[in-house]
Amino acid sequence: MTDKPIVQDFATDWDHTDPAWVNNPYPIWDELRGRCPVAHTDRYGGAWFPATHAGVSAIANDTENFTSRTVVVGNGRPQEDAPPAPIGVAPPITSDPPFHQIARRLILPAFSPGAVNALEPQIRALCAGLIDQMEGHEIVNGGTEYAQFIPPSVIKQMLGFPAGDEDLFREFVHIILEGIDLPIEERIEAFAPIEAYFVQQIEEHQENPRDDLTSYLLNVEVGGQKLAMEHVFGTMVLILVAGIDTTWSAIGASLWHLASHPDDLARLVNEPDLMPVAIEEFLRFYAPVTMARLVKHDMEYLGCPMKENDWILLGFPAANRDPNVFEDADKFIIDRRENRHLAFGLGIHRCAGSNLARLELRCAIEEFIKRFPRFELADSSAVTWAQGQVRGPRNLPIRILA
Amino acid sequence: MKVLIDADRCQGHGRCFSLAPTLFEFDELGNGVVIGDGRLDSQTLELARLAQVNCPEHAIEIDEAP
Repeated sequence: MTDKPIVQDFATDWDHTDPAWVNNPYPIWDELRGRCPVAHTDRYGGAWFPATHAGVSAIANDTENFTSRTVVVGNGRPQEDAPPAPIGVAPPITSDPPFHQIARRLILPAFSPGAVNALEPQIRALCAGLIDQMEGHEIVNGGTEYAQFIPPSVIKQMLGFPAGDEDLFREFVHIILEGIDLPIEERIEAFAPIEAYFVQQIEEHQENPRDDLTSYLLNVEVGGQKLAMEHVFGTMVLILVAGIDTTWSAIGASLWHLASHPDDLARLVNEPDLMPVAIEEFLRFYAPVTMARLVKHDMEYLGCPMKENDWILLGFPAANRDPNVFEDADKFIIDRRENRHLAFGLGIHRCAGSNLARLELRCAIEEFIKRFPRFELADSSAVTWAQGQVRGPRNLPIRILA
Repeated sequence: MKVLIDADRCQGHGRCFSLAPTLFEFDELGNGVVIGDGRLDSQTLELARLAQVNCPEHAIEIDEAP
């Protein structure tokens, strides 16, 4: 999709849609950490990328100097496409204090470990059903036949959306997260069908309230008042977008790792008790998500001359490979004992769905290796990775071994 | 010896109660809380340390004074 010049120097002209970054960002980040820990680009109207754990942590925890008003880097500027702070377009991810905490507390109970653990039997059945359809095939696709179906189905159920619309959800997510190079007018235009779909779901729930997140958001009260419709709408969009290709990417990347590292696959099959720590190492090593902030005002920060409305792309996956914080940071260690990874972010915007994401990831991997204890990449050159702020394999051909 | 969670730092990553469910549980928002008075013996101290070195927010404190 890009007619942009290929990046020659990521320290002064980085671009997370550049083919080199999309295919393998890790050497780029290692190099930046060594010589320019906060990279800059004039693309997207000016943006910074901290590649160290210290830089990412400082900015993620600093809501005085940075706003979350929009969290997806784009060509437009937020005054054109987002409501003002502290609420933003999709609370609470786009909210700043003090409103952020109100919006976040509304949704946290639905994603607490107690609430999401109740979904485990249903997630396992979903995974097993997908695997049933692959049974007997020599080549299966870990992306298009497996990972991509799991999160949309769970999110659909939580929001109370109709079965059969999962393809549509993936298209919405693609527009929102990967359509970032579109001119701002086209981006707004592309958003119209998404808005229409959500409005339709809201109206349907107003007529037929039931026990799901959409009805909950429509009826919950803060200080004796129901939420503004923009708030309900924004939170629903957030749950759908944040809940789909993030976990899809984590599942796919974990399968990709196992398909290309037979020793790790064998250990996981033979030592199932390793699964909880292995899941954390998958999350550290292949953290799929980067998130944006905007600089609130001109300032010198981390030694950089930042300007108001410059983007910051928080490289959580880069922080996770920082050798100053992680021993053998560049090695995947399936039984890593100390693992303070930032796959779910840091600070007040810690991923609200992290408990659900972990559950889906664990069920997806456990069910897959239970049925297919030996497999390998069928064609490593055919693997494609999503571009943008969420990274994971999309096409993942896997050969099932006897 | 005692373990405690700094509630201002905890953001609900959930590492403590996953790794050490005998020492920590979660509240209705999914934030970690210490079970009981948090007193540790030599065995539970190791478990508390494991939780501590896995907390991304550095929210777990251990007072090793006897």
